[in-house]
Amino acid sequence: MTKIDFLMAGVGGQGTILASNILAEVGLQLGYDVKKAEVHGMAQRGGQVDSHVRWGEHVHSPLVEENSVDYLIGFEMLEAARFPHFMKQGSVAVVNDYRINPPLVNLGKARYPSKEEIESLLLARAGKVLWVDGTGIAKELGNPAMVGVVLLGFLSTLVGGDQEAWLAVIERMVPPKFVDLNKEAFAAGRKAAG
Amino acid sequence: MEDKAGSRVLMMGNEAIARGAVEAGIAVAASYPGTPSSEIMGTLAGWAKKYGFHAEWSVNEKVAVETAAGASYAGARAIASLKQMGLNVASDAVMSLAYIGIEGGLVLVVADDPGPHSSQTEQDTRYFATFAMLPVLEPSSAQEAKEMTRWAFELSEALRLPVLVRPTTRSSHAHGDVILGEITPAKVNCGFKKDPQWCILPSLSARKHAWLVNQQEEAKKLLAESPFNWIEEGKADWGVITSGVSYNYVKEALELLDLTPRILKIGTPYPLPDDLAGGFIRRTKSVIVIEEQEPVIEDQLIRLAWKEKISAEIRGKRTGDVSRLGEFNVDRVKSFIENSLGFMPVKPEPISALAPPALPGRPPILCAGCAHRAAFYAFKEVGKKMDAVYCGDIGCYTLGFAPPLNAEDTCLCMGAGITIAYGLSLIEKERPHLAFIGDSTFLHAGMTGLLNLVYNKANVTVVILDNETTAMTGFQAHPGVGVSATGDPAPKADLEKIVRGLGVEHVETVNPNHLQATIEAAERALAYNGPAVVIARAPCVNKNRPDKNFFIDKEECTECAICIEELGCPSIIKDAAGVTIADTCAGCGVCVPICPSEAIKEVTP
Repeated sequence: MTKIDFLMAGVGGQGTILASNILAEVGLQLGYDVKKAEVHGMAQRGGQVDSHVRWGEHVHSPLVEENSVDYLIGFEMLEAARFPHFMKQGSVAVVNDYRINPPLVNLGKARYPSKEEIESLLLARAGKVLWVDGTGIAKELGNPAMVGVVLLGFLSTLVGGDQEAWLAVIERMVPPKFVDLNKEAFAAGRKAAG
Repeated sequence: MEDKAGSRVLMMGNEAIARGAVEAGIAVAASYPGTPSSEIMGTLAGWAKKYGFHAEWSVNEKVAVETAAGASYAGARAIASLKQMGLNVASDAVMSLAYIGIEGGLVLVVADDPGPHSSQTEQDTRYFATFAMLPVLEPSSAQEAKEMTRWAFELSEALRLPVLVRPTTRSSHAHGDVILGEITPAKVNCGFKKDPQWCILPSLSARKHAWLVNQQEEAKKLLAESPFNWIEEGKADWGVITSGVSYNYVKEALELLDLTPRILKIGTPYPLPDDLAGGFIRRTKSVIVIEEQEPVIEDQLIRLAWKEKISAEIRGKRTGDVSRLGEFNVDRVKSFIENSLGFMPVKPEPISALAPPALPGRPPILCAGCAHRAAFYAFKEVGKKMDAVYCGDIGCYTLGFAPPLNAEDTCLCMGAGITIAYGLSLIEKERPHLAFIGDSTFLHAGMTGLLNLVYNKANVTVVILDNETTAMTGFQAHPGVGVSATGDPAPKADLEKIVRGLGVEHVETVNPNHLQATIEAAERALAYNGPAVVIARAPCVNKNRPDKNFFIDKEECTECAICIEELGCPSIIKDAAGVTIADTCAGCGVCVPICPSEAIKEVTP
């Protein structure tokens, strides 16, 4: 059984924790040993949030290490750009084409890197960088908070696993009144992957 | 959540701890929120009605521990969950409880925060356990967190001592799969038996101290038999001794390095079972001790080796090979092993030389629409003319520290803003001193400080930032909210009545989103000679978002960016397209009166 390490990087409030909970649960359903870690608390106030999800035959550490990540899922461009050193050579970065200014950028005291710079930072390790208009798609569906499920839909086409297994976990883990909308978001993410 | 015994469920460590407590048959659970411990009570509160036990958010950690202790005196099993700083608050009770002992199993779960991610200190609760002479268990996985919590109640009853369980951020917040066990119904047909042993008079303390010292040897015997310490045989003449979440990093680092030393995994770091640890080092030429934070196991081993004349070389923090700072991970553990061995058996691939890119950081900030921002702005507007000092406290509003608000000149611990401001005022008599404190923090540790201001005729202005929740740790209820931990209606503490009851005469309540009124209230409070309190009340924007939207009229906006520079609201953005309000705007409208060009306008439907 292959080992798959995921790193989800986003901004507090974007829903990275729910998405990583879903991804961990999918791994368990697919028969993997699963570990997952992130920090709750301060990070919720618009700060940096990194979720580590690991699938494998037997996983010890809940944290991914440098040079080991198979899939980097960036909920925000700058947050994705922080982690090339964690990526394995030839790995894949799925990045939401969406920008949230950190405080110093907003105050004009720091510069937000361009999309091209971010892509080239990631390509130091990543075999490919796949951009997704995740927030755009989620907004079109009526709620930007569904960006996580859109990205998971996209990711599912790369990682594989029975689509029904993914959907069953989503159905169980999102609030009941948003189940149908989240299924649409998952399908839209898959469609965006082509 | 699935609750059938035998099911395999993915659980957060804190949920697993809650499950272990329920499996042990707790009758009472009490807590005050604090990262990374909060989800333990969050989970227990959700289960309390289903499994028939009492769960509460207590006013503070001392109250929580004493409440659980009272239930234990009556013979029931009880748990208190807190973070490491909460143990400092509860320490008065904990130190004496070690002497007095317990009746029903009493477990104190104290979550440590190496890093630290969300704490004022990186203190190691295992040191506290050593100091109080109480056994401490340290889980390495979610499954073990559940098993240890359950077993801790039995250990507590066998020793008649409270038992500590010490997860860390990466065991509290990490998820792993857990096989559920049977749930024991709570023992409730019990009661308090009167006995002089429950009153800690000095003569009893002297006897109990001797008893407590003796219990350390009893504890070692029971801990040696526990399933949480084990030896994994290897093929080298050296070994690794490790505990808690570090065990996982050690296992993975050794796999990556293709090394097979012997491993002693410790789940009971204090008191260290001598026979097990002594036997291990006696059969090993050298050992590396890899434990997160302080050298608790390492120092006990060094003492043991000296006493038993064991010649094994003990490497770790005391030899400078392993760090006592920050959080561990596989990469750090690899380097500790390399330091100890003096060589790296597997050469790192050249690829790992990539440095993390230098990018602008993203610290947490006050949310868009947070009423604390408005309160800080108003009080700073008034205070800036008189070089006022702003003493902060623990909560979301600690983030007022950041530019452009710069509204926290001091921050020490829960409740200290009020008392530090008072202490400053005794020395700097001409300078205004203000204290900002949240509603939950005020009830936790602010009331006594405020009474002290009144009693000692202090000239300090206290601003209670009342957002009607414990926001920073995840919106837990508190006595000022009117709801219990389990969601039932509860008496709502009236902050204004409390403040007046403590003897403060100048008290005003304002909505900080009404900026001009707040500025005027700030002026009156600062002009008042004596202790003054302003309750700045508006519900947390995450709980109650104003139903308004704003935009910047391009015709009027001069792009002066005063709105951004004064407020630091994350929803006002300046870029090539000019100054705009993003769709994350929460509609507080505080920016409207700040704009000198009157360019910020409400969207009319």
